[in-house]
Amino acid sequence: MELMTPLFAILCPAIAAALILPSRNHPNIREGWTIAASVTMFLLVLSMAPVIVKGDTIRYVLFQSMFEDIYIGFKVDAFGEIFAITASSLWVLVSIYSIGYMRTLNEHAQTRYFFSFCFAILGAVGVALSANLVTLFIFFEIITISTYPLVIHEQTPEALRAGHKYLAYLMPAGAFLLFGIMTTYYLAGTTDFAPGGIKSLANASPVIITVLFFAFLLGFMKAAWMPFHSWLPTAMIAPSPVSALLHAVAVVKAGVFGIVRIVGYVIGMDLMHELGLWLILAGIAGFTMITANLFAISQDNLKRRLAYSTISQLSYIILGAALLTKDSMQGAMLHIPFHGYMKITLFLCAGAILVATGKTRISEMAGIGKRMPVTMLAFSIGAIGMAGIPPVCGFISKLYLCLGAWAVGSPYGIIFLAVILISSLLDVVYFFPIILTAFFSKPMGEISGSGEDKVKEAPLLVVVPLTITAIFSLIFFVHPNTFYIFDLAKMAISDLFGGV
Amino acid sequence: MEWLIQHVLEKYNFWVAMLIIIISLTAVIVKENLLKKLIGLSIFQTAMFLWYVSLGDVGRDILTTWGLKTGTPSILWEEAAEKGYIYANPLPNVLMLTGIVVSAATTAVALAIVIRIYQKYGTIEEDEIIEKEMEFEREGGELKNASS
Amino acid sequence: MLLVEHFPVLIVGLAMFCAYTMLLAGYLNRKLPFFISLAMNCVFFIMSLFVLDHVLNVGPIRYWQGGWRPPWGIEYVIDAMNAYLLVIVISIVILGLIYSRGNVKSEIEERKHPTFYTLVQLMAAGLYGITVTGDLFNMFIWLEIASLTAYALIAVAGGRALRPAYNYVIMGSVGAVLYLFGVGWIYSVTGTLNMADMRLLLPLVYDNRAVQMGFAMIVVGVMIKAYIFPLHLWQPDVYTYAPSTISSMMASVHVKVMFYMLMRMFYSVFTLDFIRHYIGLDLLTCWVAAIAILAGSIWAIKQRNLRRMLAYSSVSQMGYILLGVGLSPFSPWGLVGAVAHILNHAIGKGCLFMCAGAIRQQEGLKDIRDFEGIGKKMPYVSAAFTIAALSMIGIPPTAGFASKLFLILASLDAAQYPFVVILLLSGLLNLVYFWRVIDQIYFVRHEGTKNAGEAEGRGKPLPLSMVAPTLILAALCVIVGIIWLTDIPLPLLDRILSDLRMGVTI
Repeated sequence: MELMTPLFAILCPAIAAALILPSRNHPNIREGWTIAASVTMFLLVLSMAPVIVKGDTIRYVLFQSMFEDIYIGFKVDAFGEIFAITASSLWVLVSIYSIGYMRTLNEHAQTRYFFSFCFAILGAVGVALSANLVTLFIFFEIITISTYPLVIHEQTPEALRAGHKYLAYLMPAGAFLLFGIMTTYYLAGTTDFAPGGIKSLANASPVIITVLFFAFLLGFMKAAWMPFHSWLPTAMIAPSPVSALLHAVAVVKAGVFGIVRIVGYVIGMDLMHELGLWLILAGIAGFTMITANLFAISQDNLKRRLAYSTISQLSYIILGAALLTKDSMQGAMLHIPFHGYMKITLFLCAGAILVATGKTRISEMAGIGKRMPVTMLAFSIGAIGMAGIPPVCGFISKLYLCLGAWAVGSPYGIIFLAVILISSLLDVVYFFPIILTAFFSKPMGEISGSGEDKVKEAPLLVVVPLTITAIFSLIFFVHPNTFYIFDLAKMAISDLFGGV
Repeated sequence: MEWLIQHVLEKYNFWVAMLIIIISLTAVIVKENLLKKLIGLSIFQTAMFLWYVSLGDVGRDILTTWGLKTGTPSILWEEAAEKGYIYANPLPNVLMLTGIVVSAATTAVALAIVIRIYQKYGTIEEDEIIEKEMEFEREGGELKNASS
Repeated sequence: MLLVEHFPVLIVGLAMFCAYTMLLAGYLNRKLPFFISLAMNCVFFIMSLFVLDHVLNVGPIRYWQGGWRPPWGIEYVIDAMNAYLLVIVISIVILGLIYSRGNVKSEIEERKHPTFYTLVQLMAAGLYGITVTGDLFNMFIWLEIASLTAYALIAVAGGRALRPAYNYVIMGSVGAVLYLFGVGWIYSVTGTLNMADMRLLLPLVYDNRAVQMGFAMIVVGVMIKAYIFPLHLWQPDVYTYAPSTISSMMASVHVKVMFYMLMRMFYSVFTLDFIRHYIGLDLLTCWVAAIAILAGSIWAIKQRNLRRMLAYSSVSQMGYILLGVGLSPFSPWGLVGAVAHILNHAIGKGCLFMCAGAIRQQEGLKDIRDFEGIGKKMPYVSAAFTIAALSMIGIPPTAGFASKLFLILASLDAAQYPFVVILLLSGLLNLVYFWRVIDQIYFVRHEGTKNAGEAEGRGKPLPLSMVAPTLILAALCVIVGIIWLTDIPLPLLDRILSDLRMGVTI
């Protein structure tokens, strides 16, 4: 059906950004715009879900271009709605957290921060709602450009180097993506997302399709697949809310979202299977999974460890898409919101620890659990979910992934099932020690400042969002259909595979 | 041989113009002195005009030894009308009048610039000017009245 | 004849006339010439809109000067390409004039202002003349008017601008005379100077070596004027040292009009048929353009002076337009890309040079490495610079992205795949040197100060007349970019393609 809701949803952050600039001298009003826009956007996005769950899609064409069948427009289907709900709901929580974080640390350039954040979310939700590759490209590049000021927020030479590395990876990726999109248009005459793949693409030669696939894969470097992942740990120099929302949810999920779109809606599962591309993608994903987890074990900086964990978890989604079975795809689609909530909890906790104690290294965090019980409890919930242990939602998505791997049938399925399980084990290996040291170790030496009672929980604005995300991680386990997520995933699968 | 000489003489205007053009362009490129460059440019333009005007020379019947062609000047005179002489094409002359004006203006602008350069640098040899500029840049100073 | 058919001649004639009026008025009151110029150009802008409307709805305007029929008389022909270019030129001249109001006060002595504005008006008149004329020699005349005034305007800055100005005089005059030389060759074969008539007569003599020689001379002459690599050597110094208004106007419109001359020669006088079959220049043009794109960008990366960097960037961008023209025998999208980039580069580069001039005027800074903290001291100019830079890089949805899109599509359509890679690579190269400046403006800080740009700004703040054009052009970068992504320009582009006899509609 034709509705303007997608357009309104995109306009919310745009209007907020336009209003943030003049309000730069009135912090409360300025933050008010962000909160208002995020809540409005979330409600708008959520309002589209009941329609989509029934099988309909919401379309809105913005501009028809001079080219046949290239238009800038939105088509919200089940899969896009999942990502949109994830990004918009988490923006609300991270905005509240950002206010607390920035004010407690008395950070500089807050206007620039909130301004860029609006555009970053605009880009992420735009990617989610886009109808074709060209629209996706426009919002994709908006994400890249708008997240740069956020990454280099600290403006130290190190931060600038990190920012340059960020662009050095992601802008060439944009070039590859544009190449892939143009080639697709040239071969198929359209760039619209079609469940099951663009039909006319099948007429092209296998070599071209393989080149196209690799162009897209390189184009979606945002998914941090190895060996093009190192921009992500370096980008951890950004403030915690940035790392949380952008580098755990918006930027990297946009990349992974793109890869799933390519597998399911552009090249199509049949073609991927026929040309054996699924195996290459699954191999890359498996390699990334294990290797990133191994790297994570050796990191002492908490955020870097979380970054490598993110890289690994993203590959779960890529693997789920690559395995091309119903269950694995469903697991991948579910992992987008579930991992988002869990990982945000972890990053927000890392930020809370920084705000309250100034500590970033895990080795210094002994005994923190006694002083910041709420934070560390939330952290534990997130960590347990990462490993895929009930009662946190990570279990559900991992279960589907394992079922999907088993359903592949050939020996490859068993191999990838083993990879998933080993990786989950490794998750335990590097997360649990953090929890154990935090709760059960004696603090080493004097904590800065006199007296141990000085260290307590971070301010409310910081702690409340992370408890909410942790609670949601539990809620998603009990009731996976919160925000319609589970039904949307089922609908997306039936879109792709034609009937459940 | 006859053919070659005839060919050259028929188009002698082309050959002469080309020669002068090449010489003048060489002057423009090779000479270091700004005025000499300008002179080269001036000659280049003049040779061009010469060639153009010579294109207009299309008449026949006045002198035909060795195939030299000349047309009458583009004036109405009775004998020409009676005997059916062919006029030289007046159009290139007219065009080149305009061109000469342009050339004069170009020379004037260029000379004005050369005068300014002389006031600024005290020399009109290009290599010396470049050296002076490098000096100023190395010293980090600004030229007097410089705007950049 | 309808009134609107007189407009092209009126624009050109009145422009010349008002230039002389300004000179006289300048003796009465030094401030008058600016206002006369601005008012007349606004009138011309409105007239050019009527012309564009007429051309799109009714058809090309053919105006016979003095009533003499072509090919004996001089004819002015306005078709869709001219009309489009005329609107662009006049509007950028207006914005440049508004900008110059604040700018010349600081760069040029007071007593020279009347002559400065007179020369600007004459240069504008020359550019309008090149745009509207349909006669080859007439085009030479207007070319020289535009060029001579440009030489003088560059030299007005004095100091280090003098030697580049002199270089430009020499090289530019050689170029113009070569153009005349070429016209002479084809005149000697066909006997006509009217472009439309020439188009009819030339196909009979395509294999005549005189005609081919003429073509070569014309192309080389125009290449010197339009600083197409490798005949661009006069350009970087000129753009670096000329007054800011002049750099901006030249980079945005002067060179476009020169390029338009080339396009007229390629499409309307010597048709593409000649170029493909008798000379075989089509693919060579594409490769020359590709080298220009890459070389310009690579040189730009090495530059520390902002304006010199923008100058080399312009060389690269001319390569884009030439690539579009070169691809057009294979795919009509090439011409669409070239036409689009004429507009996109005009607004983008015009804005960038204006910002560079503004930064130099207020802060006295020329070297990129000194630009720390400008984002705080000059927020509007910095924002405009950033948006225009994003347009040059090719980030959607700005204007530069649209030209890139069209050119990539043209390369794919033409099955000339290396150019896709070159276009994408050049986008990344542009990113490298533009991002450096954006970084310095906003994000770099001295060690020790938490907030960039806490020190006071040096000069007086800029007058609105300087900031407004930059903001207008930056806004246009985005608006025009979005328009290119819709199908609004389709009728215009169809008309341009058919008027340039591309024979294929898109």
